[in-house]
Amino acid sequence: MAKYRIGIDVGSTNTDVAIVDEKGRPYYTSKVATTPDVTTGILKALEKAAKESGVSPDDIAAVMYGTTHGLNAIITRRGLYKVGVIRIGLPATTAIEPMLDWPPDLRKAVGNLYVLVEGGFEYTGEEISPLDEDKVRKAAEKFKREGVDSVAIISVFSPVRPDHEYKAAKIVSDVLGDIPVSLSSSIGSIGLLERENATILNAAIIGVMKRSISAVRNTMDKLNLTSAKLYLAQNDGTIISAEMAEKYPIFTVAAAVSNSVRGAYVLTGLKDAIVVDTGGTTTNIGVLEKGFPRESSSPVVLGGVRTSFMMPDFVSIGVAGGSIVKQEDNKVTVGPESVGYELITKGIAWGGNLITATDVALALGRMRIDDPRCNPDLAKAKIPRDLAEKAYEYIIRKIEEGIDKVKTKPDPMPVVLVGGGSAMLPRSLQGASVVIRPEGAQSANAIGAATALIGATVEKTYNYEQVDRKNALEDAKSEAKRRAVESGADPGSIEVAFVEEISMPYLPGNIVKVRVKAVGKAKL
Amino acid sequence: MLMGEYKLSKEDVEALAIGAAILGTGGGGDPYIGKLMVTQVLEKGKDIILVPPEDIPDDSFIITSAFMGTPITLIEKLPSGLDALRALKALENYFNRRADYITPVEAGGLNSTIPLYVGGLTGRPVLDGDGMGRAFPELQMVTFHLYGIKATPMSLADEKGNSVILDTIDNIWAEKIARVVTIRMGGWASIAIYSMYGSQYKKAVIPHTITKAIEIGKAVREAKSHGKNPIDAVIDATNGYRLFEGKMVDVSRWIVAGFAKGEVTIEGLNDYKGKTMKIKFQNENLVAEVNGEIVASVPDLIVVLDLETGEPITTERHRYGYRVAIVGIPCDEKWRTPEALKVVGPRYFGYDIDYIPIEERIKAIGE
Repeated sequence: MAKYRIGIDVGSTNTDVAIVDEKGRPYYTSKVATTPDVTTGILKALEKAAKESGVSPDDIAAVMYGTTHGLNAIITRRGLYKVGVIRIGLPATTAIEPMLDWPPDLRKAVGNLYVLVEGGFEYTGEEISPLDEDKVRKAAEKFKREGVDSVAIISVFSPVRPDHEYKAAKIVSDVLGDIPVSLSSSIGSIGLLERENATILNAAIIGVMKRSISAVRNTMDKLNLTSAKLYLAQNDGTIISAEMAEKYPIFTVAAAVSNSVRGAYVLTGLKDAIVVDTGGTTTNIGVLEKGFPRESSSPVVLGGVRTSFMMPDFVSIGVAGGSIVKQEDNKVTVGPESVGYELITKGIAWGGNLITATDVALALGRMRIDDPRCNPDLAKAKIPRDLAEKAYEYIIRKIEEGIDKVKTKPDPMPVVLVGGGSAMLPRSLQGASVVIRPEGAQSANAIGAATALIGATVEKTYNYEQVDRKNALEDAKSEAKRRAVESGADPGSIEVAFVEEISMPYLPGNIVKVRVKAVGKAKL
Repeated sequence: MLMGEYKLSKEDVEALAIGAAILGTGGGGDPYIGKLMVTQVLEKGKDIILVPPEDIPDDSFIITSAFMGTPITLIEKLPSGLDALRALKALENYFNRRADYITPVEAGGLNSTIPLYVGGLTGRPVLDGDGMGRAFPELQMVTFHLYGIKATPMSLADEKGNSVILDTIDNIWAEKIARVVTIRMGGWASIAIYSMYGSQYKKAVIPHTITKAIEIGKAVREAKSHGKNPIDAVIDATNGYRLFEGKMVDVSRWIVAGFAKGEVTIEGLNDYKGKTMKIKFQNENLVAEVNGEIVASVPDLIVVLDLETGEPITTERHRYGYRVAIVGIPCDEKWRTPEALKVVGPRYFGYDIDYIPIEERIKAIGE
């Protein structure tokens, strides 16, 4: 019977893989170097795990992977779909047209094709104007002539009332047939421009995600993983079916940080903690809150574009295992420049000539490395003691500052160290009630992916004077549950992970933003 | 172009957004939306001309242009732009006179940019000055009010084509009634307000504040691109004072009569280690004290900046862990008369303390 799951997580230096058993215990972990095309690294990791672990292909029930394909496509502007954008909100919104402040190369890469039509709602749920269905149809016909690959629809106040987006989507599908349509109400929250940007980017990276998924599927076939289902890791530490990821790829662009945070939860059982994930180039510090990564509420800039959607709240620091130590006029700094995966050739302890953060920790006897090629004595001999101490102090100070920045209150919290570079950090840190580096820490990200639950987050806005609070919460919860089932969750296992109500100040009535996350076990 | 006139570039608008956020002293609304509106006007090939107040004829006719309402509705239902023109037209029709110049009401926050948008679209020159030199939350908190200029007749307009003319007995009533209209218009409205003649304007205005905001923004960008400290740049460009550096350790908030009030506690870092600053705010930062001693208060400007990036931090973003520098900037002399302090002094905001200009407070602490 199929019982194992494979988790894969793509980092900037390494692609990690883990196999966990039916209880979620790590059974096998490994790493390969991340490749420029990302795909090759994922496929290599998958093949390596299948071959080395000794697990029979029939015993693999699922493959879950977190990838940077979407993010890379946005940053490099390559492989993006041509997107037809429909913004519904006239006569409002014309003072700032879609994609106005996008970097010109990115605007060009997605086709810079948009139509503004009458419709949309006020915050009260009243129509600004009726939806101009004829204009929507004409826009769809224009998109057909222009050969768009994908359509994005954004309506004013759709988080309060998505009706016009649904109507427009139907018209678009009538004209364009089986073309992906991204609706802003499924992607973001109040704040038209940020939500619009996220929706357009979502529409643009659908092709990239489809190619990524099909490459992984082909390799799974080659490895005879015929009974395994495929899932993608999301930005919030949960997973969705490959089919859903093809519809909402934007929810997978920042999965790596969350995989590590979830992995820390799985490895320690701590529901509330600070997670310090140290790789080769950067250390990401996130927060576990009730067993899930804490989410961010501020806008996020992606590829030069301001967006807002489900993203983990974390602090990124340019100090990690491969960070280069510099000395200038008696001042010692570490990073952000890093040797990355070349640590094992360029680091002092490996016979190279660049002093890295890892070398410093080795020189001070703060860590051990099980690698026959690594010689700590080289580091001890070549790095002056004073320099090593100053550099190590610098590293600790940066990490402690980062820990403090992600906190919401001054009380000490448990700190979990994970990631390939985490061994160099000490077992006591300021602001930490306890510092834990669990077994399997170096593969926490892949373990987090392998053990993740299916998740769906829904964010809707209600006026409690018009909709009874109980009904509103029920509405949001049932939509989240429905989305979780659609994403591949076993209906019997679904739980509401959290409900959050945020009231909007300075408006009459009682306007409340409701966020609900539903999670469930993957239906295998 | 005449002497003293200044044609705005896209770089100026970028810089203005930074400078206006700094002069917003924690409130005033994010200038981001306004920056994009003005950018779109410039991209369409229109010119935006800034004119120094001293250059205008005494009998010229001036109208103030602004947005009024809740930012959360503005960032979702973006302006059509025609709403701003319609508000201007409605008031011009009422007076049966075309405005020769458009003026900003506040140099801080979002409203620093709106007159530029209107000026660019209508071809009217925009005056390089405002009625605050910073941001304040209420309609009557402007120097125009101090000089006896009436807020009304004023107009409000929405994107649908509705416009309203208000004529009230005083500026306080204008605030009350206009607030209600903005809500019915969907949460915000474009307004045209405080109309006056050149002779009145020259007396009442705080001059050169828009170019000042641009200068501040440019100084910050310049410092950053040369790897210099952006906070020093802000202090230099504003004749300001470094009041404190530290980490936010506690934020408490409460709502009073529709206003978001609160207090943030900041623990000293670097040269300020061992000291504690508290800042009281209501939309904008109002009073700052170190170890219980007041170091700055309204109407002087209290600006909270990210310690590393120099980016201004709005009061709604105050949270534990932020590393910040606090800069105090002297307000315009017009705010320092007993009459002005009745409108914008600490007591108006409910703090029973005397206003002492920041220069004197700093001097006293130094001694």
